[in-house]
This record gives sequence, C-alpha cells and structure tokens, in this order.
Amino acid sequence: MSAAAEDAVTEAPAVEAVPKRAMTLGTGTSLAILAALLIAPLFVKNFIAFQMTMVMIYGIAVLALNILTGGSGQFSLGQSAFYALGAYTSAVLMENANVNYALTLPIAGLVSFGAGYLFGKPALRLSGIYLALATFALAVAMPQFLKLHFFESWTGGVQGLVVMKPDAPFGLPLSQDKWLYYFTLAITVAIYIGSINLLRSRSGRAFMSIRDNEIAASAMGVDVAKYKTLAFGVSAGITGIAGGLSAIVVAFVAPDSYTINLAISLFLGMVVGGVGWLPGSFVGAAFIIFVPNIAESISKGLSGAVFGVLLFIVIFLVPHGARQVAIAAQLLMGKLRK
Amino acid sequence: MSATTKLAVLSTALAVIAASSSGALAQKKYDTGATDTEIKIGNIMPYSGPASAYGVIGKTEEAYFKKINAEGGINGRKINFVSYDDGYSPPKTVEQARKLVESDEVLVVFNPLGTPPNTAIQKYLNSKKVPQLFVATGATKWNDPKNFPWTMGWQPNYQSETQIYAKYILKNFPNAKIGVLYQNDDYGKDYLKGLKDGLGAKTSMIVLEESYEVSAPTIDSHIVKLKASGADVFVNITTPKFAAQAIKKNAEIGWKPVHFLNNVSASVGSVMKPAGFENGQDIISSNYLKDPTDAQWKSDAGMKAWNEFLDKYYPEANRADASVMYGYTVAQGLVQVLKQCGDNLTRENVMKQAASIKDLELGGLLPGVKVNTSATDFAPISQLQLMKFKGETWERFGEVLSGDVGG
Repeated sequence: MSAAAEDAVTEAPAVEAVPKRAMTLGTGTSLAILAALLIAPLFVKNFIAFQMTMVMIYGIAVLALNILTGGSGQFSLGQSAFYALGAYTSAVLMENANVNYALTLPIAGLVSFGAGYLFGKPALRLSGIYLALATFALAVAMPQFLKLHFFESWTGGVQGLVVMKPDAPFGLPLSQDKWLYYFTLAITVAIYIGSINLLRSRSGRAFMSIRDNEIAASAMGVDVAKYKTLAFGVSAGITGIAGGLSAIVVAFVAPDSYTINLAISLFLGMVVGGVGWLPGSFVGAAFIIFVPNIAESISKGLSGAVFGVLLFIVIFLVPHGARQVAIAAQLLMGKLRK
Repeated sequence: MSATTKLAVLSTALAVIAASSSGALAQKKYDTGATDTEIKIGNIMPYSGPASAYGVIGKTEEAYFKKINAEGGINGRKINFVSYDDGYSPPKTVEQARKLVESDEVLVVFNPLGTPPNTAIQKYLNSKKVPQLFVATGATKWNDPKNFPWTMGWQPNYQSETQIYAKYILKNFPNAKIGVLYQNDDYGKDYLKGLKDGLGAKTSMIVLEESYEVSAPTIDSHIVKLKASGADVFVNITTPKFAAQAIKKNAEIGWKPVHFLNNVSASVGSVMKPAGFENGQDIISSNYLKDPTDAQWKSDAGMKAWNEFLDKYYPEANRADASVMYGYTVAQGLVQVLKQCGDNLTRENVMKQAASIKDLELGGLLPGVKVNTSATDFAPISQLQLMKFKGETWERFGEVLSGDVGG
C-alpha cells in the first residue's frame, strides 16, 4: 500500500479536500474483498444474499452521490428522484415492453443521466445549501409525478408496478437471489472501477479542482459549467442504474418507495461512509440498511430515537466516517509492522 | 442370545418406535413455524415513517396474543408474535417479509399493513406458499383466490363502501349533483372508483371531483370550490384530520349538502368531536366496527370485554383510536383460524381454515356483521351498516348491507 499518499490524508482532516489517490483502497485489499464477496453466497441463505445485494445497490447510489459531493463538491438531496427514475424506467420497460432486464439498466442509466444533466444546467447558478434545497424540491416532487393520472397506464399510478424476477440464465444451478447477487456484484465492480478511473482522469481532476476552488479552477482553464453539469449527469446516471437494479431485485416499484426519506438515507450513507472515500459508500449503505434493524430490535416504540442515538455516536466518535476508521486501522497496522 | 436374535429384537424395537412415531405424525402435522409448544406468527407494521399512527394495530395485536398466551395459548401452543417495522416503504417490506419467512421461519405473515407494502410482498409470499393472512388494507384486489390463493383480506374494501353510498344516492336522491373530495392516493382513488362503478351509467351526476395531497395543511379552498360548483350531495373521502376540517369549513361557509363521510373518518372521538357536534348533524356514514368513543356501547358486553383486555394487557392504549379496536378484532380472527386448525398446523390447512369461517361474530363488530369466507370468497368482512350522526352519537339505520367486490 502506498503509505505516503495515505499519510497525506491524516494531515488534511478537512472533508472537502480528499486527494484523488486516497479515494480508493489499495489493490491488495480490493482483491481480497472481491474474493470474499465472490464466495460468500455459497455459505449463506438466500435471504442474506438478498440483503447483501441490497447493500450493493444502495452502495452504488451512495457512490454516485459521493462522486457528486466528494468529487465535485456539489450537494444533492434529490438523489431519490434519479433513483426512482431509473427504477421506473427499468420496471416499465420490463413489464410493458418486455425488454430483457439486463438491457433495461443502460437505458435507465441514460435516462437518468439525461435528467441529471438537464437539471444540472439551471442548478449551475446555485451552490452549497441552495443547491441542496433545489434538489430537495426534486425529491419531494418525484413521488407525486409518478402518481400523475397522465402516466398511470405505464406506471400503475399509486398502486405501483409488480415486476417479474428473473431466473438464472443458461440453466445455472443458482437460486434467483444468488444469481441476482452475482449480477449486481458484476455491475457494482464495473461501476466502482469506472468511477475510480473517472476521478483519476482529466475530468476527475477538473471535478476536484472545482470542488477545491472554483475561481482558481476557471482561471486554469477548466470549463466550470461543463464539468459541474457533467458531474450531475454522471451521478444521476449511476443512481439511475442503482434504481433499475433495485426494481429488478425487489420486483416492485411504487411511488412510496422513493420518498425524500430515501434521499436523506443516501446522504446519511455518504456521510457515515466518509465523504469522498468511494469504498466507504458501501459501508454507508450497510449502515442505512442494518442499523435501523438493530435500532428496532433494541426498542420497537423508540426505534427512531435509538437510531438517532446510534447515528449521533458514530458522527461524534468518527466524524469522517468509515474513512477515518480505515485510516486508523492502517496506521495501527503500520506501527505493528515496525 | 445369538447375534441373529439380537438383531431381531433390535429391529422389532425399531419398528415399534417407527410405528409409534409415524402414528403421532399422522395426528399432528406441522409446517415451519409450528411445534408442539409454539406457533410463530410474523407481522409487518409501519412503526415509523408517514403511516406510523397505524403502528398501534401491531401493538394491540401483540397485547392480545399476550393475553391468549397467559390464558394457556391455542390448543396448548403459545403464540410467538414477531413484528417488524417497514416504515411504510415497500422495499423495506420486502426485506422484512423475507426475514420473517427465511430467517425467523414463521408459519404465516399476518396482517401486514398498507396497500403498497402488501403489493410488494404478495407475489413473493404466494410463490413461497406462505399465507399472507388478513392484510390490513381496504384495497379491493386482495379478494382474488384464483390468482393469489395465499393472500386474504380482512376489512370491507373501500370500493364496496362507496358502492353502497352510490346505491343509496341513486335511490333517495336521483337528481343529485355530487361533489367529491378525495385524497390523491390509492385509498382515495379506490373509493372514487367504487362510487363511479356504483353510479354506473349515471356517473355524470358527479359535477366536481376535487383531490388534495395528504401533505396539504388544509383543504379549505377545495370546500369553497365544491360549494361553488352547486353540488347538493357531498361525498367526503378524507382521513380524520381533513374530515374534521371539512365538516367545520362546511358549517363556516354555510354549505349544507347531504354529506357522506367515509368510514375511515367515522370516529366520534377523533373527527366528530373536534369538528363540533353541531356541525356534524345528519352526516351519513357507515361502519362495521363498534366505535369505542360512541356512548351507545357503554354497557355492551363486547365492549366491556375489550375494556377489560386493555386494562390488563395494554393500559396505555388510546381508547378513542379506532385502530386499537381494529387490531383487537383482527387478532381474534387469527385466533379463531388457529383454533380451527387443531393439530394440523400446516400452511395449507391455515389457508383452508381461514377460507371456511362461517358466521363468526366478534365482540368488536357491529351487531349483525359477521365474518364469512369460502374457497371463492377471500373477503372476510364485507358487511356495513349505514348510520347518521344524531346528537353526539351515530344512529344506525337500515339493514346490514353487503357489498362484495372481487379483486
């Protein structure tokens, strides 16, 4: 592992400025985790495989937000809208047009990319909390759009749309859940690698220069407007793919699934995972899926309060989320090695 | 003893054991989730989120099963009630349903709440052949034994209620101009559909359909608009908070149409009282449950039993909340089904018994309203009685009406 780059992170605690190489895990660690993820389903029940699939799906959505916020420094509370758009695109194509489920994902991604890019245009004039509010409006509006009478013949209106769950292809001896797990895993890995490469590319550097100092970036010749909208589009597109995956895995879409609560959950996942640290997205996703369950098992009547306390403890102890834990662990390993 | 006799003795012994155990198996049949000592029941409720007010249903059910267990259980078996929170979010419902079936291994998923959450898990539970028993939603589609033999509703569905109003309007006010106010969601639209179906060819009697969002702070402007439309019959499809507002606003602006109020909001304690009794006179509604806040049930035996149960097992319950009565009644329904199952606690038998309830009367139901199911009728309660608000209570009138609508 490249210790020099990691040390730089500990010396720069501000969440806003994450050096690009510190956004990922080392190759060795990544491969070990991938291997573990590949063999894990062989030992667990279908239900656990389903939960792990959901973690990956939410993880992709959190990752998308991370590219936007951690990468280009723009806030969004409207990710649930793009997630819904992707989910509905997939569901409508599968149910009404009989498109193969795997083919619906790139379409879902493109549709959401388009929507995100277009939304990014007017949003250019806004920054910080104002942008957060504008996207918040998007998240609030989305469930009602989905209920509109006009779209009802496609979206099923308030009743939602039930989707057929796909079987494993080529007669593979896998249950539906385990097949979807591997399917999701493949897409997750592709998106993860793609995102890392994006952030390491010329565009990624442009994102980060805008995040760190917009004026300096434009003085250096970065087309601020272009890259800001591009970041929005990419983030929305990836979120849309996550949404499409969720429609396939959950096998049901309804407006109630994509309320503002989802957007806030994704935001929460990003903060808990560590803003700007891509692997943390999946830790954050696990947090938003499992911690409410833990809170509920502690007290049913006060599950919300217990969740709040747990969240508070996490933010208080490790304000930089999973990234901070990972760095601390790495330092400890380094010391032990000496 | 030679080796062969030893072997003979051993094999006879084994044969005896095998025979006796298979004899026992023939009497008692179990699926996952049921044993000699326990029946595991799964449940999903919105304890958090936008519909958390309904969480008391789950709490009431838990309290009722505690009572059943304290009194010795059902045929000697205790009920283990596992209830999870889904926050009224369908993807979470799917996760929780799968947890119940695959991890907790419950016998049935009982009374999960809400139309979107139940739609999300219906296909899954039917493919797993796990009963989705007595779902807590008034949508019409749950009565569909042909396509979904493992799903069964419970309360009268929304459509049959407005159909009953439509029939009443056609008979008593054939020249009415109807104004409708409905909540813009599945519940509101289901009601509206029932009304239109009930009016049949005379749908044109509806002069104005106004919808409001559940997030709206008030509905005053809609009421003003409805009055301006010249409607003389008002069909009020709103949840309690808005129903009270509507009744009040009607009185304020002096609009006095024939007012039909859906039974979702027919509570004396949470609607009629806050709206002002004088404003609510002569409003027509319908119900199948006894309203605990209605003084006429004070000395009723069923109501007394309910009060005793709450005193002992759920003292902090809000007795003005119709959901408490609902949870109590549906829990009784489940206990009845499990009793009928006897020692044959397979999922198939649970559905079979649930589909063969005959004229069951429960303490919380209005006199004359009975639970009835059959292999082709998966709508346990489908009777309602019309009632008119007089003084400070609902006065029931006419016969108990049936409005079975298939899914």
